This record gives sequence, C-alpha cells and structure tokens, in this order.
Amino acid sequence: MSIPGPDDIQRYTLPNGIVVLVRENFTSPAVVVRGYLPAGACYERSEQAGLAAFTADAVARGTAKRTFAHIYEEVESVGASFGVSSGVHTTGFGGKSLAEDLPLVLDVLADVLRFPTFPGDEVARLQGEIITALEERAHNTSAMANLAFYELAYPMEHPYARSVSGYIETVRKITPSDLAEFHATRYTPQGMVIVVVGAVKSDEALERIGQAFGDWEGPAPQPVDWPQVPKITEVRERFVPIHGKMQADIVLGYPGPARSSPDYLDAVVCNTILGVFGLMGRLGDTVRDSQGLAYYSYSRLDGGLGPGPWRIVAGVHPTNVERAVAGFRAEIRRIREQPVDEVELAENKSFITGSLPLRLETNEGVAGAIVNMERYGLGLDYLQRYAALIAEIDAKRVQEVARRWLDPDAYALAVAGPPSD
Amino acid sequence: MNENEREDHLLNTTLSNGLKVLIKESHIAPVSSFWVWYQVGSRNEHLGITGISHWVEHMLFKGTPTFPKGMVDRLVAREGGVFNGMTWYDFTAYFETLPAERIGLALQIEADRMENALFDPDEVEAERTVIISERQGSENDPEFLLGLEVMATAFHVHPYGVETIGCMSDLETMTREQLYRHYRTYYAPRNALAVAVGDFRAEEMLAQIEQHFGSIDAGSDIPQVRVVEPPQRGERRVIREGEGSTAYLQIVFHVPTAREPDFFALTVLDAVLTGASGISFMGGGLTNKSSRLYRTLVAGELATEVSGSLIPTVDPFVYSLSAVVRAGRTPAEVESALETEIDRLQSETISAEELEKAIKQAKAQFAYSSESVTGQAFWIGFSEIFADYGWFEDYIARLSAVTVDDVLRVAQTYLRPSNRTVGWYLPENNRQ
Repeated sequence: MSIPGPDDIQRYTLPNGIVVLVRENFTSPAVVVRGYLPAGACYERSEQAGLAAFTADAVARGTAKRTFAHIYEEVESVGASFGVSSGVHTTGFGGKSLAEDLPLVLDVLADVLRFPTFPGDEVARLQGEIITALEERAHNTSAMANLAFYELAYPMEHPYARSVSGYIETVRKITPSDLAEFHATRYTPQGMVIVVVGAVKSDEALERIGQAFGDWEGPAPQPVDWPQVPKITEVRERFVPIHGKMQADIVLGYPGPARSSPDYLDAVVCNTILGVFGLMGRLGDTVRDSQGLAYYSYSRLDGGLGPGPWRIVAGVHPTNVERAVAGFRAEIRRIREQPVDEVELAENKSFITGSLPLRLETNEGVAGAIVNMERYGLGLDYLQRYAALIAEIDAKRVQEVARRWLDPDAYALAVAGPPSD
Repeated sequence: MNENEREDHLLNTTLSNGLKVLIKESHIAPVSSFWVWYQVGSRNEHLGITGISHWVEHMLFKGTPTFPKGMVDRLVAREGGVFNGMTWYDFTAYFETLPAERIGLALQIEADRMENALFDPDEVEAERTVIISERQGSENDPEFLLGLEVMATAFHVHPYGVETIGCMSDLETMTREQLYRHYRTYYAPRNALAVAVGDFRAEEMLAQIEQHFGSIDAGSDIPQVRVVEPPQRGERRVIREGEGSTAYLQIVFHVPTAREPDFFALTVLDAVLTGASGISFMGGGLTNKSSRLYRTLVAGELATEVSGSLIPTVDPFVYSLSAVVRAGRTPAEVESALETEIDRLQSETISAEELEKAIKQAKAQFAYSSESVTGQAFWIGFSEIFADYGWFEDYIARLSAVTVDDVLRVAQTYLRPSNRTVGWYLPENNRQ
C-alpha cells in the first residue's frame, strides 16, 4: 500500500461548490465518510453561545421525510453509524458502514444536513440532554480547566474564548426557530467538503454523492471578522474551585501557530520533544517519571484554521500544583535556552515521519488525513512530501519556534479542582 | 494490492517452555502488532496486595539491564511505533505496533522484560505516587465512585469486587519485595501467550519468536484462583453520596462466563436493550438511539445516556446497565422505567427484526475491526485468556444461532430482582 496521494485520491468539484474526494480501498468491506461545511460556532453571537453545536445535534432529530426514531432505526439496523457536530470554524459530519450500505449513509446525511425540521418536542428533549451534560461539565476538572484557559488566552470577543457547547444560561434560551434560522443561513454546499474512503469505486461514490447533494443550492459563506489575538505578555492565572474532588487539572499555555503558519511544522517537532515522544516527551520524563507527580503530563499543539492553543496539561494532587507548574516552566525554559541535541532531534523527527503508516492504517485515518489536506490547502501530495519537510527542520529552528511561541514567564494558567487550603 | 492477493493464516502452537503462540498474517497495511499476555490480573489478588498486578505492569516500563528506563519508549517511538501496557481482572498485556519491517524490536523488548525487569527500589517509590495519582484522577469521576460501591456489593468474596487499580491503603503500603515476588511468580512462558498480527510471513514470525523466547525458563507452578462467588439470594442496594449535581444509576446482574452458551443470548439481549454499543468490543463507536432503553429512558426524558456492558471473563461476572439521570429527574424514576423494560423482556419474545439487527450489527463491527492489526491482535489474545481463539472465530456463527426463545429464557433466568445489585449516586450539590 502506498501513501495516499494525487495518483489514488480522486478530487472533483460539483457545480454547486461541494468538493468531493475519494480514495478506493478494497482490503476490507467497509466505507468511511468524513466532511465538513462552513457552519461553525464562529458564526454565532456570544449571547447565543452553543447555537452551532445545538443545531448540529438537532439536525438528526427529524427531517422532512424521516422522524428521529426512523433515522436511527435505519442506520443502526445495518450496523452503520453517522454523526454531525460543530467546531469553532466548521461543522463536521461523518459516517461508517459496510460498503453495501453507503447509499443509505449518504442519503441519511443529505437528509439531515439539508432538510431538518427541528420538531419542538425533540428540540426540548435535546435541550435537557445538553443542559444535563453542561451540569456534569461544571464538575469535571479537566473540562473546567480548559474552559478557563481559553477565556484567559484569547480576547473576550474572539470565538476561541467561548465554549462551543455553550453555557447553561445561553443554551436554555435557544428556541427551535433559532436552530432553523442558523441552519437556513449557514448550512450551504459552498465550502462543503466530502471525503469517502473504502470499498467503493470512485465513480460510484461520486455518482451517489451527486444524487444526494447535487441539487442543493446555497450562498457562499460570509467571511468572519476574526479579532486579533495578541501575544500573552504577562502571567494570567485563574483557579476554578470544585470542592470534593481528589485531583486538580492544570492547563498552561498560549495561543499557538495556525496550521497555515510557516512556524507550524517546526512547532510540531518542538511540541513532540516537549510532551509527546515516547511516554509524553520531556514533560513525561520530569513531571511523571522523575517527580512522580502525575499519571498524565503532556503537551498538545492544536494548529487549525486559526491560532489554536499550544497547551501543557497535567492532573495532580491539589498540594502538588505549584511543583508541577514549576516543572512545566523549567521545561519551557530549557527548550528555549538549550538547543536540542542531535540524537534527541533525530529520534523525534523519525517518530513523526515513521508513524505515518500507523496513522494511515484504517479508512478513518486516511479519511482524516485527506480532510486535513483539503481543509488547510496542503495539496494532495502533502503526505508524500511530509518526510522531506520534517527532515529539513534543525535544532536552531526548534529553538527559534520555542522562543517565538512559548515563554516561562508569560502564559495563561488555569487550574480546576479542590482548594488545597 | 487487491483482495485476491490477501492470504490470512492463523498459526497456533506452543513452544517447549509452554509459551502459547498465535500468529496471523494481515497484509492490508505495512504494519505489524506484537503482544504478550500474562494470565494474571486483579483476579489473582487479595486484600493487602490489591492493585499489585497493575503496579507490576508499570514497573515493566522502568528498565532492565539491557533496556534501561526510558529506552523502550524511545526505541519504539523513533521507529514510528506505538506501545502500551494494560491490566485487567484476568490479564496483563503489553504490545508494540510498528512499521512491519521493525517488528523484531517488539520481540526483543518483550522477551527481555519477561524475566529481566529491575524493580529498582527508587523507581518503585516514584511509581507509587504516579499510581496514586492515577487512582485519584479516576476518583474525580462520580461513575467510577459508584462503580466501586456496586461491584463491592455484587461480589462478597470474589476478587472481581475490587477495581483493578487497587485500594488506596494497599497502594500506600505495598513493598518492592511483594511486587517483585508477584512478577517472578506470574511472568513466565507457561503463564503467557504471544500474539502477532501483521504484514509478515507466519513461519518467519514463528522462527523469530522461537529465537527470542525459546530459551526462557518455563517457570514454576502458577497459583490457581479457587474463589467461587456464592449465588446471590436477594436484591442488594447501595447508595454513594458525593460531589456534583448529576445523579447516576447502575444495575448489575450476575451472569455466566463467555464460555457458556447463554452468553451469546445475553449478547443479543444487550443489543436489544442498550444497542450495539454493548457488543462494541470491536470499538465500533455505534450509536444506540434505536435501542429499547434509549427510547424509554432518554426519549422518555428520564435519563440523558444509557449503556450496557457484557464483558467476557474467566470466572462468572456481571451484566451491567448504567444511566445518567436527566436534570430534574431522580434515580428512582429511571429505575422504575428500566424495570418495566426488563419485565417486557421477561414476558414476551423479542421480534425477529430485533434479532436480525443484533446479528447484522455484530457482523459490521467484525468487518470494521479487520482494518487494524492492533485490534485484531487484541481480540485473538483476549479470547484466548477467557476461552480460546475459536471463541473469536465462531462468534458470529454462535450469535446467529441464538433464537428469540433463548433471549426470553436468559432474561427470565438472569434479570431477576434477587440476582441484581442496584446503585444510586446522589449528588450533594443538588439537595432541594
């Protein structure tokens, strides 16, 4: 099996603007669908936070030709699945089935994305489910630390500062007509991408997608006015008390480079060294292994269409929060001040490129990679060029990217857990 | 590559030192997965050393003379591989999944740490706090806390009543000597199983396994677990109060092992009641919105999530049902509606369509699972732990043989009130 590329990924644009990408794989009898449309939480007003996510959840609660119960009876009866969920920039969707059931999955996806009816009783039921989940979130240390981190790291008016799921007070006010309006104005074929990977001929997949989505017309998505995200120049801290818990969650980080930033791949290498490689990189070595403070202590670089965060995360006993934070800062200082040695750099780069076959083992893995190539305009030969792009990153570039984006003395730090008294 | 070129063998053998070996070729992607399974887990523990199997697993990442601490992580990662260890009631397992041409590294690592792990006293102490932190992280989750109570109530004598991570006081007091003795007792070829799935030739893989593991001493007799949980005679109930504003419900019923024919009828029962997620041991990630309990509890606005779990085990375990109680509702209301659905299962047969659906869902999940060598190796090894590999191969056929009358009978036999333990989590922040 070769690395997916222009030779075996077919790319088409339907007249209504939908971009279709197909890669055949007949080694198992299954098919995966992945895609997105430009209807993310960035299009909602802050007083309606959670609207895009609620809409994405609600589209499958009933359509012009199927009830909620019918939709799931049909799909689950054949062991297939599908889902729709919103992010900040886009609303993603996907499905999985045996190849013989691909027409059904596409038909249901088209039905819910195009013709949802938002029945009042179903919406009220779903609203209660979302509110219960938000009440659970208020007692989840990891979720609350992340929520506080986003508020600290991004300007208040920036969509990244808000929760995509929304808040109890905002979700409670959303009505079926709000959902219908968001759907009518934001769900559009222009800017939509559908990827199919699996045991289906590309001609057939294209034809099926044409039948399901070809006659959908809609406007071009409106551009969003994204506020500037300034660099953090001081320490911003917040503690969210959650009494009765055993452990505190810590999130320390910064707005990071977007996927399109020339710094992005350098940051991938830097982040891998810091908190990914082997057992959670250098952060795993110090905070977990040497200090014995935490079961998990790692870093994550989001990338994405905007300046997604670059975060360090750990769960520790409340009395150890300060020691763990000191450990994070020491590792940030080290990666800024000392060039990474050649062996460590080579091993990390080897991991990043060498793990590609594992990431591309399943249809889901390939579909996800194709979605990313399209979303970020990387070109369909990107995976084939990837090893060469990583190979040219040297210790100097790693150190420079750390200096540009990470700072041991200026960061956003959120901690959620029991007060340590 | 097209389908005709595929050639799937399963090679099943035992080395002279007792190490069982199962090898399967899979040429879908250029990757291979290698696992070593030990027949030891929290099932083999008693009070005083609960959590010891899991802690031993952590120590196997802490170095041998050949591979000092951290080296295994680096060697596997720099080849682009993934690795992990896992401890469960009945087993402890280790795996590496690597680009196919580098799988030899996994054999080298696993053969070495089968007998040469150091258990350095300083490393034992450093890991004590890591494991305590792991447990405290779980304790942040109300459903984990409720599960502890329910299982301790359902099992009076069998070790399945204690979570694999172990009791806090045991984690605070266990010694290096106890850990090392546990390791030397259970980590030996006669108590182990090697599984390889991937892009290689089976005969060549066997020769490599022979080369790395063949000279390891077979080990002494393995202590057998003889505890038998007495039959439950009467409903048991438990309440866990705790932090939060959401209530949770769990109900567990004692059921036979996966080796018994009734397990397959129970699998269909679970699919009907809580959806294919209940049999999603293939990691299917299917939704369950057309299941009976979703329709009654979630669409009925009493709960926001419901799930079922039927796990294959060596000794008889439990079938469990869990629900998240919707804001404004109570566990009593959820329990009562759930009971109505159980009554229905005990008084009338499920429909032919429901039976057919459960089987199709299982078939689809099997198909999905064939994409990942790691997932395939997991199921080959796991089924060998509680039954044998044939269990996995025959799974669809045995499921297909289940009748609607079988489902009625197992509902009547096992879902009796006198055979259940009911647990409520009552949140302290939600007192009216």
